[in-house]
Amino acid sequence: MAETTAKPNPASPPLPSWPDDVYRILKEAGVRQVGMVPDAGHSRLIRAFDADPETRLVTLTTEEEGVAMLAGAWLGGQRGVLLLQSSGVGNCINMLSLPAICHMPLLMLVTMRGDWGEFNPWQIPMGQGTQASLEAMGVIVTRADTPDDVAPTVWGAANLAFNTWRPAAVLIGQRVLGAKNFKELARK
Amino acid sequence: MTNPNALLHRRDVVNELLRDRGDILVIAGLGAPNWDVSAAGDHANNFPLWGAMGAATMMGLGLALAQPKRKVLVITGDGEMLMSIGALATVAVEKPANLTIAVLDNERFGETGMQKTHTASGVDLAGIALAAGIRTSRTVRTMEQVREIRDLAHQGKGTVFALVKINPEALVFTLPPADGVILTTRFRQSVLGDEALYN
Repeated sequence: MAETTAKPNPASPPLPSWPDDVYRILKEAGVRQVGMVPDAGHSRLIRAFDADPETRLVTLTTEEEGVAMLAGAWLGGQRGVLLLQSSGVGNCINMLSLPAICHMPLLMLVTMRGDWGEFNPWQIPMGQGTQASLEAMGVIVTRADTPDDVAPTVWGAANLAFNTWRPAAVLIGQRVLGAKNFKELARK
Repeated sequence: MTNPNALLHRRDVVNELLRDRGDILVIAGLGAPNWDVSAAGDHANNFPLWGAMGAATMMGLGLALAQPKRKVLVITGDGEMLMSIGALATVAVEKPANLTIAVLDNERFGETGMQKTHTASGVDLAGIALAAGIRTSRTVRTMEQVREIRDLAHQGKGTVFALVKINPEALVFTLPPADGVILTTRFRQSVLGDEALYN
Protein backbone atom coordinates (compact mmCIF):
# COMPACT_ATOMS: atom_id res chain seq x y z
CA MET A 1 0.00 0.00 0.00
CA ALA A 2 1.34 3.41 -0.95
CA GLU A 3 2.35 5.65 1.90
CA THR A 4 0.71 9.03 1.94
CA THR A 5 3.04 10.81 4.32
CA ALA A 6 6.54 11.78 3.37
CA LYS A 7 9.19 10.17 5.45
CA PRO A 8 12.89 10.96 5.47
CA ASN A 9 14.64 9.17 2.64
CA PRO A 10 18.42 9.13 2.62
CA ALA A 11 18.32 9.02 -1.18
CA SER A 12 16.35 12.28 -1.43
CA PRO A 13 18.19 15.19 0.22
CA PRO A 14 16.34 18.44 0.86
CA LEU A 15 15.99 20.92 -2.02
CA PRO A 16 19.57 21.95 -2.70
CA SER A 17 20.85 25.49 -3.04
CA TRP A 18 24.08 24.58 -4.83
CA PRO A 19 22.67 25.03 -8.35
CA ASP A 20 22.01 28.71 -7.56
CA ASP A 21 25.57 29.11 -6.28
CA VAL A 22 26.92 27.39 -9.39
CA TYR A 23 24.84 29.69 -11.61
CA ARG A 24 26.28 32.75 -9.85
CA ILE A 25 29.85 31.43 -10.16
CA LEU A 26 29.42 30.70 -13.86
CA LYS A 27 27.98 34.17 -14.45
CA GLU A 28 30.92 35.72 -12.62
CA ALA A 29 33.26 33.60 -14.76
CA GLY A 30 31.73 35.21 -17.86
CA VAL A 31 29.93 32.19 -19.27
CA ARG A 32 27.81 33.19 -22.30
CA GLN A 33 27.16 29.87 -24.08
CA VAL A 34 25.73 26.82 -22.35
CA GLY A 35 25.67 23.54 -24.25
CA MET A 36 23.77 20.70 -22.69
CA VAL A 37 22.18 17.32 -22.98
CA PRO A 38 19.81 17.49 -20.03
CA ASP A 39 20.12 15.61 -16.79
CA ALA A 40 17.75 15.81 -13.85
CA GLY A 41 20.66 16.87 -11.65
CA HIS A 42 21.22 19.92 -13.85
CA SER A 43 17.56 20.89 -14.23
CA ARG A 44 17.61 23.84 -11.83
CA LEU A 45 20.79 25.24 -13.40
CA ILE A 46 19.33 24.77 -16.88
CA ARG A 47 16.19 26.68 -15.86
CA ALA A 48 18.33 29.53 -14.54
CA PHE A 49 20.27 29.81 -17.81
CA ASP A 50 17.10 29.45 -19.85
CA ALA A 51 15.68 32.51 -18.10
CA ASP A 52 18.88 34.50 -18.61
CA PRO A 53 18.82 36.70 -21.75
CA GLU A 54 22.61 37.14 -21.63
CA THR A 55 23.25 33.43 -22.04
CA ARG A 56 22.65 31.24 -25.07
CA LEU A 57 21.36 27.85 -23.97
CA VAL A 58 21.87 25.27 -26.72
CA THR A 59 20.34 21.80 -26.53
CA LEU A 60 22.64 19.29 -28.23
CA THR A 61 21.81 16.01 -29.91
CA THR A 62 24.98 14.49 -28.44
CA GLU A 63 27.52 15.82 -25.97
CA GLU A 64 30.54 16.06 -28.29
CA GLU A 65 28.66 18.73 -30.22
CA GLY A 66 29.12 20.90 -27.15
CA VAL A 67 32.88 20.37 -27.02
CA ALA A 68 33.12 21.62 -30.61
CA MET A 69 30.62 24.45 -30.08
CA LEU A 70 32.54 25.81 -27.11
CA ALA A 71 35.78 25.62 -29.10
CA GLY A 72 34.11 27.81 -31.72
CA ALA A 73 32.81 30.12 -29.01
CA TRP A 74 36.35 30.50 -27.66
CA LEU A 75 37.64 31.37 -31.14
CA GLY A 76 35.00 34.09 -31.18
CA GLY A 77 35.86 35.38 -27.71
CA GLN A 78 33.09 33.83 -25.64
CA ARG A 79 33.32 31.49 -22.67
CA GLY A 80 30.96 28.62 -22.13
CA VAL A 81 30.10 25.58 -20.09
CA LEU A 82 29.01 22.06 -21.05
CA LEU A 83 26.38 20.40 -18.84
CA LEU A 84 26.15 16.65 -19.23
CA GLN A 85 25.60 13.34 -17.50
CA SER A 86 28.48 10.92 -16.98
CA SER A 87 27.19 8.69 -19.79
CA GLY A 88 27.73 11.60 -22.17
CA VAL A 89 31.41 11.83 -21.28
CA GLY A 90 31.90 8.70 -23.34
CA ASN A 91 30.48 10.46 -26.38
CA CYS A 92 33.06 13.24 -26.07
CA ILE A 93 36.32 11.32 -26.08
CA ASN A 94 37.80 12.01 -29.52
CA MET A 95 36.35 15.54 -29.61
CA LEU A 96 38.36 16.31 -26.47
CA SER A 97 41.42 16.29 -28.77
CA LEU A 98 40.33 19.76 -29.84
CA PRO A 99 40.67 21.69 -26.55
CA ALA A 100 43.67 19.52 -25.60
CA ILE A 101 45.78 20.23 -28.69
CA CYS A 102 44.63 23.84 -29.06
CA HIS A 103 44.99 24.79 -25.37
CA MET A 104 41.43 26.00 -25.22
CA PRO A 105 39.44 26.29 -22.00
CA LEU A 106 36.60 23.81 -21.63
CA LEU A 107 34.51 23.63 -18.48
CA MET A 108 32.39 20.48 -18.13
CA LEU A 109 29.95 19.94 -15.27
CA VAL A 110 29.19 16.23 -15.14
CA THR A 111 26.38 14.80 -13.05
CA MET A 112 27.23 11.24 -12.10
CA ARG A 113 25.37 8.01 -12.67
CA GLY A 114 26.74 4.55 -12.00
CA ASP A 115 28.05 5.91 -8.74
CA TRP A 116 26.83 6.07 -5.12
CA GLY A 117 23.53 4.21 -4.69
CA GLU A 118 23.00 3.38 -8.37
CA PHE A 119 20.15 0.95 -9.03
CA ASN A 120 20.49 0.58 -12.82
CA PRO A 121 23.27 -1.85 -13.74
CA TRP A 122 23.53 -0.39 -17.26
CA GLN A 123 24.84 2.88 -15.81
CA ILE A 124 27.81 1.22 -14.09
CA PRO A 125 30.33 0.77 -16.94
CA MET A 126 30.40 4.39 -18.09
CA GLY A 127 29.88 5.81 -14.62
CA GLN A 128 32.86 3.90 -13.26
CA GLY A 129 34.89 4.78 -16.36
CA THR A 130 34.07 8.48 -16.43
CA GLN A 131 37.01 9.89 -14.48
CA ALA A 132 39.58 7.60 -16.11
CA SER A 133 38.26 8.46 -19.60
CA LEU A 134 38.48 12.18 -18.99
CA GLU A 135 41.93 11.93 -17.48
CA ALA A 136 43.13 9.76 -20.36
CA MET A 137 42.26 12.69 -22.66
CA GLY A 138 44.07 15.26 -20.54
CA VAL A 139 41.07 16.76 -18.77
CA ILE A 140 41.71 17.98 -15.21
CA VAL A 141 39.08 16.25 -13.05
CA THR A 142 37.80 17.31 -9.64
CA ARG A 143 34.90 15.80 -7.71
CA ALA A 144 32.21 17.08 -5.37
CA ASP A 145 30.45 14.53 -3.17
CA THR A 146 28.64 16.82 -0.73
CA PRO A 147 26.27 19.68 -1.58
CA ASP A 148 28.50 22.20 0.18
CA ASP A 149 31.47 21.15 -1.92
CA VAL A 150 29.85 21.69 -5.35
CA ALA A 151 30.16 25.48 -5.62
CA PRO A 152 33.79 25.75 -4.49
CA THR A 153 34.76 22.85 -6.74
CA VAL A 154 33.07 24.52 -9.74
CA TRP A 155 34.76 27.82 -8.85
CA GLY A 156 38.13 26.11 -8.81
CA ALA A 157 37.55 24.27 -12.09
CA ALA A 158 36.31 27.43 -13.82
CA ASN A 159 39.47 29.24 -12.78
CA LEU A 160 41.62 26.35 -13.98
CA ALA A 161 39.85 26.20 -17.33
CA PHE A 162 39.70 29.90 -18.12
CA ASN A 163 43.01 31.01 -16.57
CA THR A 164 45.21 28.13 -17.70
CA TRP A 165 43.38 27.41 -21.00
CA ARG A 166 42.78 23.73 -20.35
CA PRO A 167 39.81 21.37 -20.30
CA ALA A 168 38.54 20.84 -16.75
CA ALA A 169 35.63 18.75 -15.50
CA VAL A 170 33.71 18.67 -12.23
CA LEU A 171 32.10 15.37 -11.37
CA ILE A 172 29.04 15.95 -9.18
CA GLY A 173 28.55 12.70 -7.30
CA GLN A 174 25.31 10.82 -7.01
CA ARG A 175 25.51 11.31 -3.26
CA VAL A 176 24.88 15.03 -3.92
CA LEU A 177 22.13 14.41 -6.43
CA GLY A 178 20.28 11.57 -4.73
CA ALA A 179 20.02 8.13 -6.25
CA LYS A 180 17.00 7.36 -8.40
CA ASN A 181 15.14 4.12 -7.84
CA PHE A 182 12.95 3.09 -10.74
CA LYS A 183 11.82 0.04 -8.77
CA GLU A 184 10.09 2.32 -6.30
CA LEU A 185 8.63 4.36 -9.18
CA ALA A 186 7.41 1.19 -10.85
CA ARG A 187 5.42 0.26 -7.74
CA LYS A 188 3.57 3.57 -7.59
CA MET B 1 33.20 22.60 -75.02
CA THR B 2 32.55 21.97 -71.36
CA ASN B 3 30.23 19.20 -70.35
CA PRO B 4 27.31 20.66 -68.40
CA ASN B 5 27.05 17.39 -66.46
CA ALA B 6 30.70 17.35 -65.44
CA LEU B 7 31.30 17.38 -61.69
CA LEU B 8 32.78 20.54 -60.22
CA HIS B 9 36.41 20.71 -59.19
CA ARG B 10 36.78 21.18 -55.45
CA ARG B 11 39.49 23.84 -55.58
CA ASP B 12 37.48 25.89 -58.12
CA VAL B 13 34.52 25.69 -55.71
CA VAL B 14 36.54 26.77 -52.69
CA ASN B 15 38.33 29.53 -54.60
CA GLU B 16 34.94 30.91 -55.61
CA LEU B 17 33.46 30.60 -52.08
CA LEU B 18 36.47 32.56 -50.75
CA ARG B 19 36.68 35.12 -53.60
CA ASP B 20 36.98 38.65 -52.15
CA ARG B 21 36.63 37.05 -48.74
CA GLY B 22 36.59 40.29 -46.79
CA ASP B 23 36.40 39.55 -43.09
CA ILE B 24 34.52 36.23 -43.36
CA LEU B 25 35.59 33.60 -40.81
CA VAL B 26 36.23 30.06 -42.07
CA ILE B 27 36.19 26.69 -40.33
CA ALA B 28 37.57 23.90 -42.53
CA GLY B 29 36.80 20.26 -41.79
CA LEU B 30 39.63 17.77 -41.56
CA GLY B 31 41.15 16.24 -44.67
CA ALA B 32 40.83 17.59 -48.19
CA PRO B 33 38.59 20.59 -47.28
CA ASN B 34 41.43 21.77 -45.01
CA TRP B 35 43.92 21.47 -47.92
CA ASP B 36 41.46 23.16 -50.30
CA VAL B 37 40.92 26.14 -48.02
CA SER B 38 44.67 26.40 -47.44
CA ALA B 39 45.34 26.19 -51.20
CA ALA B 40 43.07 29.20 -51.64
CA GLY B 41 45.42 31.08 -49.32
CA ASP B 42 46.47 30.52 -45.74
CA HIS B 43 44.79 33.18 -43.62
CA ALA B 44 44.54 34.10 -39.94
CA ASN B 45 40.73 34.01 -40.26
CA ASN B 46 40.84 30.32 -41.23
CA PHE B 47 40.58 27.58 -38.65
CA PRO B 48 41.60 24.43 -40.54
CA LEU B 49 40.99 21.24 -38.58
CA TRP B 50 43.55 18.43 -38.61
CA GLY B 51 41.48 16.12 -36.43
CA ALA B 52 38.35 16.10 -34.26
CA MET B 53 36.22 14.67 -37.08
CA GLY B 54 32.67 15.95 -36.75
CA ALA B 55 33.67 19.25 -35.15
CA ALA B 56 33.40 21.65 -38.09
CA THR B 57 29.68 22.48 -38.10
CA MET B 58 29.37 22.89 -34.33
CA MET B 59 32.52 25.01 -34.19
CA GLY B 60 30.89 27.17 -36.83
CA LEU B 61 27.78 27.47 -34.66
CA GLY B 62 29.69 28.44 -31.51
CA LEU B 63 31.70 30.98 -33.48
CA ALA B 64 28.63 32.40 -35.23
CA LEU B 65 26.83 32.85 -31.89
CA ALA B 66 29.91 34.49 -30.34
CA GLN B 67 30.44 36.84 -33.31
CA PRO B 68 26.94 37.72 -34.56
CA LYS B 69 28.24 40.65 -36.64
CA ARG B 70 30.70 38.50 -38.58
CA LYS B 71 29.90 35.95 -41.28
CA VAL B 72 30.98 32.36 -40.66
CA LEU B 73 31.56 29.80 -43.41
CA VAL B 74 32.07 26.12 -42.66
CA ILE B 75 33.68 24.18 -45.51
CA THR B 76 33.78 20.45 -44.89
CA GLY B 77 33.41 17.07 -46.54
CA ASP B 78 30.55 14.60 -46.81
CA GLY B 79 32.21 12.07 -44.48
CA GLU B 80 32.81 14.70 -41.80
CA MET B 81 29.26 16.01 -42.11
CA LEU B 82 27.79 12.51 -41.87
CA MET B 83 29.69 11.95 -38.62
CA SER B 84 28.03 14.99 -37.05
CA ILE B 85 24.65 14.78 -38.74
CA GLY B 86 22.87 15.68 -35.50
CA ALA B 87 24.62 19.05 -35.66
CA LEU B 88 22.32 19.95 -38.57
CA ALA B 89 19.37 19.57 -36.21
CA THR B 90 21.08 21.68 -33.54
CA VAL B 91 21.99 24.41 -36.05
CA ALA B 92 18.45 24.35 -37.48
CA VAL B 93 17.04 24.99 -34.00
CA GLU B 94 19.47 27.83 -33.24
CA LYS B 95 19.04 29.49 -36.68
CA PRO B 96 22.21 31.59 -36.76
CA ALA B 97 21.70 34.11 -39.59
CA ASN B 98 25.46 34.43 -40.13
CA LEU B 99 26.34 30.76 -40.69
CA THR B 100 26.79 28.98 -44.02
CA ILE B 101 27.72 25.30 -44.22
CA ALA B 102 29.19 24.15 -47.53
CA VAL B 103 29.75 20.42 -47.85
CA LEU B 104 32.12 19.32 -50.62
CA ASP B 105 30.53 16.01 -51.57
CA ASN B 106 32.75 13.63 -53.52
CA GLU B 107 30.80 10.67 -52.11
CA ARG B 108 34.08 9.29 -50.80
CA PHE B 109 36.27 9.04 -47.71
CA GLY B 110 39.14 10.65 -49.60
CA GLU B 111 41.94 10.40 -47.05
CA THR B 112 41.57 6.68 -46.42
CA GLY B 113 41.44 5.18 -49.88
CA MET B 114 38.37 6.69 -51.57
CA GLN B 115 35.87 4.31 -49.97
CA LYS B 116 32.26 5.24 -50.69
CA THR B 117 30.34 7.29 -48.12
CA HIS B 118 26.59 7.08 -47.55
CA THR B 119 25.99 9.89 -50.07
CA ALA B 120 27.24 7.56 -52.81
CA SER B 121 24.25 5.35 -52.01
CA GLY B 122 21.77 8.18 -52.22
CA VAL B 123 21.70 9.65 -48.71
CA ASP B 124 20.70 13.26 -49.39
CA LEU B 125 22.41 15.64 -46.98
CA ALA B 126 20.68 18.69 -48.48
CA GLY B 127 17.35 16.98 -47.96
CA ILE B 128 18.27 16.13 -44.38
CA ALA B 129 19.31 19.75 -43.69
CA LEU B 130 16.04 21.00 -45.18
CA ALA B 131 13.97 18.52 -43.20
CA ALA B 132 15.83 19.55 -40.05
CA GLY B 133 14.64 23.09 -40.65
CA ILE B 134 17.43 24.87 -42.53
CA ARG B 135 15.16 26.47 -45.14
CA THR B 136 17.92 27.57 -47.50
CA SER B 137 19.35 24.19 -48.37
CA ARG B 138 20.57 23.48 -51.88
CA THR B 139 22.30 20.85 -53.94
CA VAL B 140 24.88 22.65 -56.05
CA ARG B 141 26.14 21.35 -59.39
CA THR B 142 27.26 24.45 -61.30
CA MET B 143 29.70 27.29 -60.68
CA GLU B 144 26.81 29.73 -61.08
CA GLN B 145 25.14 28.06 -58.10
CA VAL B 146 28.45 28.20 -56.20
CA ARG B 147 28.53 31.97 -56.79
CA GLU B 148 25.04 32.25 -55.32
CA ILE B 149 26.15 30.37 -52.20
CA ARG B 150 29.22 32.60 -51.94
CA ASP B 151 27.00 35.69 -52.06
CA LEU B 152 24.52 34.25 -49.54
CA ALA B 153 27.39 33.45 -47.16
CA HIS B 154 28.61 37.04 -47.34
CA GLN B 155 25.11 38.48 -46.91
CA GLY B 156 24.43 36.51 -43.74
CA LYS B 157 20.65 36.75 -43.89
CA GLY B 158 19.90 33.27 -42.67
CA THR B 159 21.47 29.88 -42.15
CA VAL B 160 22.53 28.34 -45.45
CA PHE B 161 23.36 24.73 -46.24
CA ALA B 162 24.93 23.80 -49.58
CA LEU B 163 25.77 20.30 -50.75
CA VAL B 164 28.27 20.82 -53.55
CA LYS B 165 28.72 17.78 -55.76
CA ILE B 166 32.41 17.53 -56.69
CA ASN B 167 34.76 15.33 -58.66
CA PRO B 168 36.43 12.62 -56.51
CA GLU B 169 39.89 13.79 -57.55
CA ALA B 170 42.96 13.44 -55.33
CA LEU B 171 45.02 16.62 -55.37
CA VAL B 172 48.35 17.73 -53.98
CA PHE B 173 48.06 18.64 -50.30
CA THR B 174 48.50 22.28 -49.33
CA LEU B 175 49.17 22.30 -45.61
CA PRO B 176 48.42 25.13 -43.17
CA PRO B 177 50.16 25.34 -39.78
CA ALA B 178 49.54 22.06 -37.91
CA ASP B 179 49.96 23.29 -34.35
CA GLY B 180 46.64 23.90 -32.64
CA VAL B 181 47.96 26.67 -30.42
CA ILE B 182 49.30 28.60 -33.43
CA LEU B 183 45.99 28.22 -35.28
CA THR B 184 43.96 29.20 -32.22
CA THR B 185 46.11 32.13 -31.21
CA ARG B 186 46.41 33.73 -34.62
CA PHE B 187 42.67 33.33 -35.22
CA ARG B 188 41.77 34.90 -31.87
CA GLN B 189 44.30 37.68 -32.31
CA SER B 190 42.89 38.45 -35.75
CA VAL B 191 39.24 38.43 -34.61
CA LEU B 192 39.59 39.84 -31.10
CA GLY B 193 42.73 41.93 -31.36
CA ASP B 194 45.90 41.83 -29.30
CA GLU B 195 43.76 41.70 -26.16
CA ALA B 196 43.24 38.00 -26.91
CA LEU B 197 46.90 37.36 -26.07
CA TYR B 198 46.41 38.57 -22.53
CA ASN B 199 43.25 36.56 -21.80
